[in-house]
Parts: sequence; structure tokens; C-alpha cells
Amino acid sequence: MNSITQDQKDSQEQIKAQEGVITTEHDDSHAEEHHGPAKGLKRWLYTTNHKDIGSMYLIFSLVMFLIGGTMAMVIRAELFQPGLQLVDPHFFNQMTTVHGLIMVFGAVMPAFVGLANWMVPLMIGAPDMALPRMNNWSFWILPFAFAILLGSLFMEGGGPAFGWTFYAPLSTTYSNDNTALFVFAVHIMGISSIMGAINVIVTIVNMRAPGMTWMKLPLFVWTWLITAFLLIAVMPVLAGVVTMVLTDKYFGTSFFNAMGGGDPVMFQHIFWFFGHPEVYIMILPAFGIVSSIIPAFSRKKLFGYASMVYATASIAFLSFIVWAHHMFTTGMPLAGELFFMYTTMLISVPTGVKVFNWVATMWRGSLSFEVPMLFAIAFVVLFTIGGFSGLMLAITPADFQYHDTYFVVAHFHYVLVTGAIFSIMAGVYYWLPKWTGNMFDIALAKWHFWLSLVSVNVLFFPMHFVGLAGMPRRVPDYALQFADFNAIISIGGFAFGLSQLLFVAVVYKCIKGGDKVPAKVWEGAEGLEWEVDSPAPYHTFETPPKIKD
Amino acid sequence: MGVVRFTLWLILLIPQLSFANSSLNMRTGVTDISENVYQLHMIIFMICCVIGIIVFGLMFWAIFHHRKSKGVKPAQFHESTKIEILWTAIPFVILIGMAVPATKALIAMEDTTKADLTIKITGSQWKWHYEYLTYEGKKGDVDFYSIMSTPQDQITNKESKGEHYLLEVDKPLVIPTDKKVRFLMTSDDVIHSWWVPDFAVKKDANPGFINEAWTRVNTPGTYRGQCAELCGKDHGFMPVVVVAKEPAEFDAWLIESQQEKQNAAQADQALLSQTLSKEELMTLGQQVYMSSCAACHQPTGLGIPGVFPGLKASPIALGDVNAHIDMVLHGTPGTAMQAFAKQLTLKQLAAIVTYERNAWGNDTGDLVQPSQIKARLGGDE
Repeated sequence: MNSITQDQKDSQEQIKAQEGVITTEHDDSHAEEHHGPAKGLKRWLYTTNHKDIGSMYLIFSLVMFLIGGTMAMVIRAELFQPGLQLVDPHFFNQMTTVHGLIMVFGAVMPAFVGLANWMVPLMIGAPDMALPRMNNWSFWILPFAFAILLGSLFMEGGGPAFGWTFYAPLSTTYSNDNTALFVFAVHIMGISSIMGAINVIVTIVNMRAPGMTWMKLPLFVWTWLITAFLLIAVMPVLAGVVTMVLTDKYFGTSFFNAMGGGDPVMFQHIFWFFGHPEVYIMILPAFGIVSSIIPAFSRKKLFGYASMVYATASIAFLSFIVWAHHMFTTGMPLAGELFFMYTTMLISVPTGVKVFNWVATMWRGSLSFEVPMLFAIAFVVLFTIGGFSGLMLAITPADFQYHDTYFVVAHFHYVLVTGAIFSIMAGVYYWLPKWTGNMFDIALAKWHFWLSLVSVNVLFFPMHFVGLAGMPRRVPDYALQFADFNAIISIGGFAFGLSQLLFVAVVYKCIKGGDKVPAKVWEGAEGLEWEVDSPAPYHTFETPPKIKD
Repeated sequence: MGVVRFTLWLILLIPQLSFANSSLNMRTGVTDISENVYQLHMIIFMICCVIGIIVFGLMFWAIFHHRKSKGVKPAQFHESTKIEILWTAIPFVILIGMAVPATKALIAMEDTTKADLTIKITGSQWKWHYEYLTYEGKKGDVDFYSIMSTPQDQITNKESKGEHYLLEVDKPLVIPTDKKVRFLMTSDDVIHSWWVPDFAVKKDANPGFINEAWTRVNTPGTYRGQCAELCGKDHGFMPVVVVAKEPAEFDAWLIESQQEKQNAAQADQALLSQTLSKEELMTLGQQVYMSSCAACHQPTGLGIPGVFPGLKASPIALGDVNAHIDMVLHGTPGTAMQAFAKQLTLKQLAAIVTYERNAWGNDTGDLVQPSQIKARLGGDE
């Protein structure tokens, strides 16, 4: 290590030093040399390389997606027929709760962080993330958080059973003693997210290649920058509210206990002040991915780049002043209900602009339908359906009927599964050849797409109907008039769940081998990531690239 | 213009396809408000459909006609301030058009003044308590618990399921038609939410706070709903049933119920001098245990480890009988254990304690009589 500290001022060398790559001597002739990764388990444990960390995030997220999906299968199996067949209601509640927590904090968010790790430095022409050691740490604490959360399921009394929204006092006075584990796990997830967000912001602000001005940033970078600010703003709020739950339950405080002068509705205000921006944290990067893919396969520049950036910023701003639309039935004053109804309706304006821009990008383009494009198109249509039901939910008088029914379940699964998760899959199919240097099995990937597309709609579309007809969410059993649709929904669920195994197969096969791809994998793709070799070398952009125009 | 005619045709068609009151759509319900809410729901739904058809129509046009495989060369345009302003402004105008009727409906829904009948609704795990506070200026003086009456054997698939599976209760709430009924919601433990879709009333019952809602039912009938806020293990088994009667019938029902309440109080007093047999106490005890205790402590008396304590061989059920009675009467504050003193009659309470002390091999041989319960309660009942 001594030899490195002497006269190596090149940032690349510092990065190598942080990776612990042993370099005995350095002279100018070595500066051009690319060092490969360390070998074995230590490579992954100690790595500070953005590509390694990005891969770990993505694999972790895939594992969590499968675990959370298994829980969804348990839920759908129990709901296949009326009556209690497989699980008791207490375990059912644990399944809905942990399914939600795993999918939000374990599957969707780490997948986006993984994509950011891989792609942000490649897109802005930076050699790595700005804070590589913190990057390592922010990933490696995550498995511990989820081990604690999942471990609580096996303890006496079981895991959290109060819904992923953990409303007090169900999560305080009336929860079991394992609640502390839930709180601790959420704290660790929050720390991880905050560190990840700081890293993204510092990287984008400081490490753009010369000439990469703000209005030249790829939209994925823009949306992630805004997402990172949202994360920093609201994750501490989540940490605060879980801490209040902890002290209310174990240390005799009364934040949410009316008997001690507290207010259970205050819990919901604090939770949703985190929770609503959180929803946008899970969808803004999706907008960025889709805004990269649609122009590539339309062979046409993105329509309205500037308005896309402004729309993203407006959505982020509005996300802070709509939180109580989750709480219309809590007994808010009329003025509050009106305010939150109007602001919520407003969100559809910038969101609409985005959808119109994507359609305008496709209009009179030269379209082709490779797998990433198929997922991106499905995203635009199905996310918009989720947006429509969101607009319906904004209408307060109607919300009194929709609230806490399967209509809401349909709504948020349209925006999160066919929205966030479809966009992640689109992104993975788009960049996987760049990461591995191999083309994936296209036939298998198309099977994955079409089976997912059909089954996901069989799964979630009828939920609108049972919700409107009056089936509440989070129930382990239901009245007979909902039976037919629930059977259909469950069949869709099993089909969708099984289809995802194809995704695992495609990714695995692609990592193992396949047809070699050139640097520019897709004919119409634009951006710096397509100028480095495929697979992307372990170190890229050691000298900043030149930005065109 | 073909597009305009097509759009108009669609707007006219959708209501026909809307399946009002079918298992596919929101119910129109039986109040002016619920009908108004249904209309709002259909208007916003139609707006979404029209926008969806236009946007997706253009998109699929592009997908079919602007394909590379058809040799299409991409156009070069990538912005247009005019069109971007237009598609920001048009949705804004549509939203204002939508906000006006929604605001009017909301103001009407929140106006709980000038009620004819006021009923206090208290949720607890997992039942509703209804208390008639005032009716046309007079004290209501009726209150009762409403618990799901679907037998456990139907839920566990040992028996075939009835027509109103999970949506039936032992005692429904009774209200008059054509009268403004105000509901005051609160809770004894966690947050519940009282929902009757046919009234378009859904309001949370928050512990320590009181929420208000109201309805005026136009048609007599039986209306069913459920608790809508996750409230613990048996959230799915907490139905709401409301029977709306003509005002004259309602008046008769109210007088009868007041009379019944007095009779029950007298019957309980009469019990104090009696000694009930073990058999009678155990039979009644098992019955009441199943409806009031088994949800947490389980029919087997084993509870759910780590969540709800078991009673089989428990120190409470085997220990001091008076401590046991006190726990049943007053509950344990800060836990899910409720106070049953006001929920059950002296006879039922005596039977429950006797049952718990002798079932599942507890075999203490203790018999608890109504007079003993009365003595523990002191003079206050």
C-alpha cells in the first residue's frame, strides 16, 4: 500500500487502492493497464467497484422478489376459495405484511439502486461512484436487515402482522413482542437507502464528464437524482415513525396512544408523509428507464426532453403535499379533504405529460419490438391504467367507496408490478448484454414477456371488479359473491409467479454464455454506456470521455 | 369527424355497459349520497376511458404503421412547445370540470347537522357496539353488541356455506328510513372502519377520538358491509349489518328493545338468589366462550403462543378465582384483553369463568354463581 500513496494522484489509482488490488510498482506504462477483480468471496465482500455492487444489488433484489412472490402465492392459495383452507388468519396477516415490506424495500428499491450503480457512472462518463466504500456498506447491511425481518417469522408469535403500513395502535399496544425486530430491520433498510441516495447525488453532481451539462444528462440519471433527493428527505421520517412505534410499545411513551394524550391518526400523517414520496421513489427511476428504451427502439430522439425533466421535478414536489389522500376516511376536516383532493388530481398533469411524450416519441418513429421495447410498451399502457385508477381514487367522495378495498390493491399493483417491476425487467433486458457481453436467449425472453403480460392482467385486472363490488383488502376469507373472481385472480397469480422463473432462467443463461454482442448492442441506442466494450470492462472511463455536440 | 362521433358513441355506450349493481361495479346504493357517489365514479371512469382510448389508440396506430419492418424512416421532430402546452392545459381543464361536482358531493357528505337519530358506534376486536343516543330529541336508551353469526364450521369448510356467509350478525343495527341518521364512530382498541357500501359511508373508528358520518336511507331493506381497516387477526370476520325499517316499524322496534333491556336487567337481578348447576353453567359457558373468547384464546384454550396467552393450565384459570373474575370483568389495560363487564350478563360472565376453570382438563371444580360476579363488581351494576 505504501508504494501507492507516494505519487499517484490519478483518481483511478485511488480506486484501485480502495479495492485492495495489490500493485507492487507503478510507473506511467502501468497507468493504462486494467486490473481485474479480486478472486473468490473476498471480491464480493470487499468490493468497491460500482459494477460489482450493482450486480449484487440486482441479484439480492431478484432473490427478494422470489421470496416476496412466494408469500404472494401463499396469499393467493388461501384466497383461491372462500373459507379457511391453508393458513390461519394470523399467519395470513404476516404474509400480507411481509410480502409488502419485502417487495417495497427488498425487491423494487434495491433493484433501482443496482441499476443506478451500474448505469449512472457509465451514463455520465465517471470511473465509479463517488463514495465507493460507503457503496459497499450500503449494500452489505441489507442482507442483515432482511435476515432479521424474515427471521422474525420463525419466532414465537410470528413476524409483523399489522400490514406493511404498520398503523398504530395495532403495531404498538396490540402487536407481539417481535415488533422490535421489525423496527430494527426498517432502520437498517433506511440507513442503506440514505447512503445509497447520498452516493447517487454526489456522483451525479461531481463526476459528470466534461461537457455533460445538466440538460444533456440521460433521463435515467435525472430521474435518479430527483429520486435520491426524495429518499434523503423522507427516509429519516420513516426512521422517526418506527422509533416512535418502538418507544410507544416498549418505553411507555404515548405518541399514538390517546390515553396518554397522543393520537393514532398522527401516526398515519407521519407514515404517509414518508409513504407518498416513497411511492414516487419506486416509479421515477422507472420513468427514466422507459425514457431510455423507447427512443432507442423508435430510432428517434425522446420527444420533449426538457418537459420530461420538469415533469419529473413537479411530480417530486407534488409528492410532498398529497400524503393525506391515503387517509380520507380517518375523519379529516372538510378543508383538508378538499386540499388533498385537489393536489392529488394535479399530479395527473405532469404524469400525463410523460405518457404523451412517450407516445409522441413513438409517433412516426421506426419501431422495432425487441424484448426491452415490449416491456417498455407494456409499462406505458399498464402504468397508465394504474394512473387512471389513481385519478379515480383522488376523487374523495368516490374514495370513500374505494378505500381499503381490492380496487386499491389493483391500483397499486398496476403501478408497482406492471409499472416499477416491468420497467426494471425492461432495463435488465436492455442492459444485460452490455453487462455480460452475451445476448440473452431471445425466444425464452419473449415467452417470459408474453406469459407475464397475460397472467399479470388475469391477476390484477379482476381485482378492480371485486374491489368495486365491495371486497375489503387484507382479509383471509370473503363472502361468496367474490368467489369466482378470486379463483381467476389466484390462477393469474400462480401463472405470473411461475413465469418469473423463466426470467431467472434467461438471466442465468445469459451470465453463463450466449452470442457475443458488440459495444453498441441495440441499433438505435444512444448514450455513453454504448461506447464502452461489451461486457463493460471492470474499470471504465478512467479518462473522461468527450461529449458530442 | 369520425373520431368525435366515435368518442360520443362511446360516452353514450359506457353507461349501458356499466353493470350497475352487478358484481362488476360499484353499487348505486339506497341513499341520495350513494347515488351521487356512483355518478361521480362513472363520470371519472368515463373520462379515463376516453383519454385511454385516444392515447392508446394513437400508440397502437404507431405500433402498427410506424414499424421499421415496413421500411418507415424515422421523423426528426422531438419537441413542440405548442403541443406540449396544449396537453398540459387540456387535462387541467378536465380536472377543474371534475373537481366541481366532487367538491359539492363532499360538502354534502360532511354535513352532519340536523340529525333525527344519533347512534354511537364503537368498534373493538372483533365486534361492533351500537348505542342509540338520541332519537327525535329523546334518549334512545338501547345498546347492544353485534357479532358475526357465521358458524366456525362454515369457515373451516366442515359445513356448506350459507347465503350470507361472513356477512351475517347476531343482532343487526336497526335504523329508520327517510330520517337523517348520524353515526358517531370510535373504538375501544385498534382502528376499525365502519363501512356499508349501499350508504357510501366508510369512516374510521379511532380509539380515543370520535368521527362523524350520516345517512338517510330511501328504501327499507337489509344492507351488509364489513370492517374496512386491518384490525388484527379476525379483521375479515367483522361484518356490519344494517336493517332499515319504515319509521313506524322502527318506533315499535325501539320501544320493544327498550322493554327487552329492562326485562333482561330484571332477569339478571332474579338470578342473584339462584344457584345454577354445573351442567347449566358449562353449557352456557362453552357457548359464550366460543362467541366472545375463542377468537383469541382459541376453542382449544391454547391461545396463539407469543400473541394470545392460552388458558389451559394457565395460572389465571387455575389460581385465585377472584383474580380470574376480575380479569374477565375489567380486562388488562394496554393489551388485547377486553373488559367484559358491560358486554355480557351476570349469568354469562359466571358461566364463562366456570367454563374456563373446568374445561380442557383445568378441572378446578370451581363453580362461579352470578351472585359472586355481582359481588366482585361491587354495587355499581
